[in-house]
Amino acid sequence: MADVIEVGAARGDAPPSAAKAPRRGASAGRTGRATPYLFLAPYLILFGVFGLLPIILGVWLSVHQWDFQLPNRPFVGLDNYKELFSSDSAVYGDWWESVRATAIFTVLSVPLLVVVPLGLALLLNRSFPGRTFFRAIYFAPYVLGVAVIGLLWRFLLDANLGLVNRLLGVVGLPSDTPWVTNMPWAWISLVGVTVWWTSGFNAVIYLAGLQDISPELYEAARMDGASAWQRFRNVTLPGLRPVLLFVITTTVLASANMFGQSFLITQGAPGTETRTVVWFIVEEGLRDNDAGRAAAMSIVFALMLAVVSIANFRLFRYRED
Amino acid sequence: MTTPTPTTRGSATALRRVVLYATLVALALIFLMPLVWMVITSLKTYTAAQQIPPSWLPNPLAGYGYEQILNNAANPVLRWFLNSMLAATLHSLLVLVTASMAAYALARMRFRGRGVSFALIVGTLFIPPTSLIIPNFLIVDQLNWIDTLAVVVVPGAASAFGVFFLRQFFLSLPNELEEAATLDGANQWQIFFRVVLPLSKPALATLAVLSFLTNWNDFLWPIFVLFSPEKLTLPPGLGLLQGSYVTDYPVIMAGAVLASLPVLILFVLAQRHIIQGVSRSGLKG
Repeated sequence: MADVIEVGAARGDAPPSAAKAPRRGASAGRTGRATPYLFLAPYLILFGVFGLLPIILGVWLSVHQWDFQLPNRPFVGLDNYKELFSSDSAVYGDWWESVRATAIFTVLSVPLLVVVPLGLALLLNRSFPGRTFFRAIYFAPYVLGVAVIGLLWRFLLDANLGLVNRLLGVVGLPSDTPWVTNMPWAWISLVGVTVWWTSGFNAVIYLAGLQDISPELYEAARMDGASAWQRFRNVTLPGLRPVLLFVITTTVLASANMFGQSFLITQGAPGTETRTVVWFIVEEGLRDNDAGRAAAMSIVFALMLAVVSIANFRLFRYRED
Repeated sequence: MTTPTPTTRGSATALRRVVLYATLVALALIFLMPLVWMVITSLKTYTAAQQIPPSWLPNPLAGYGYEQILNNAANPVLRWFLNSMLAATLHSLLVLVTASMAAYALARMRFRGRGVSFALIVGTLFIPPTSLIIPNFLIVDQLNWIDTLAVVVVPGAASAFGVFFLRQFFLSLPNELEEAATLDGANQWQIFFRVVLPLSKPALATLAVLSFLTNWNDFLWPIFVLFSPEKLTLPPGLGLLQGSYVTDYPVIMAGAVLASLPVLILFVLAQRHIIQGVSRSGLKG
């Protein structure tokens, strides 16, 4: 980072006009000592209050019994954490049910969200008239918020009035599937909607990666008589490795943080089986006013995600082929 | 069938073309049909939308859904629309100003504490924002921001994404123009505002559009920090609308159309910026 300025300054000696400003070229621009800090200050204030402080406050909350309604907020040590792991506590069952729901959704959705967009990207990575148009259409659902797609799909998946059952009926399939109220349909719906909603996003990331692979590599492979599959296996996949790592890591995180889809589409149904961790945390902390326990859950959850992310990184980064 | 003549090869590529376009169109239908259905339903009457099986076209064409959402004191959808517009615009401006200044300092200036600040800022990119919701709620509560415009404008601007994104962009700019300006006697502020920012228009536009979209669509945070019907933005408002209309789908879909239109228009106009922003964020990983 620092070299950028040094290299720049060194180059600054070259032009003849340098004579006009003797000894001033040392840094890019004349600067008071305070200038860098003044540039940083507005963001750093925001960052300090809403980025760093909540981390510290979260840890602090997690060791207190903190109820918004009550004046006394006693220190309780690690009790909030212990409750999450002891099967006789009141919160244990609901908490682990939400962890289970989150895990199920992540395991079901990530493979599809990695593979389907790759297919879309490969399809779009050729030159044909209308390419940009189709790319835009596949990406379009992603610009809508979860509130819109949630209400929309709750309606589309309605067992009686929904378009999905209607279309299935038209092609002669069962037309009374309870998509949002029964298992396993509820998971299929949540995963399906998420694939529909966010595939275009991952596809665009893949496309950028595909365009960075040198066409000469494909040419060379073709000259060696490699089949389409061999070219995919030996040129495309290795070339996409960093992008693939990025897509997998961010998709796992996004799926693990799922909230709106189950909040709006299945509304947790059946029972609370599709209530995710994020949903349970905000419900516990902001509806039931137990901010201490919710903060402890947030931290345990963040640590779980960190472990999963590190595992991903190890698995996909250092695997030698 | 012995050696491929130019004609058979030609018809093979023609066939490929047909298969390619058939696939593309089929996929496009899957992605678009739900949105088309949203619009169609928003133009039906209540009874038409309750028909089993539902009719393909809105017959009669009805303004019922839109009339409901525009004249409903308990669900002031138009007000939510304005709140959302105001919040997303202000948020986007706040991100542009704060992130561009910080990113410029981090990219081009040397000062004590630069390494530490950058490491801290980048470090928070790895913390899931959802895990900070509870403490952030406490902070905005202390600031008395609950149920105000500020609560949906300001806290999200602490995200490290904008700083990170613009810093990468500034580092990619050639130094020569800034040097030339220095030699002409300009100070850092003048260089930043007159040289660097005008050169950065594409990156700034991308960040502005992405920030607008994120804020416009945010759901999890506003449903817990906004309460009064006249203070809501569209996403929590739509939840309220569904609560009061349940299966009155033309009304709910009219609300969804209203919430989708600005972002879809923005997408059509700024498609290049959005898609570039997304693909660039992937290449850094």
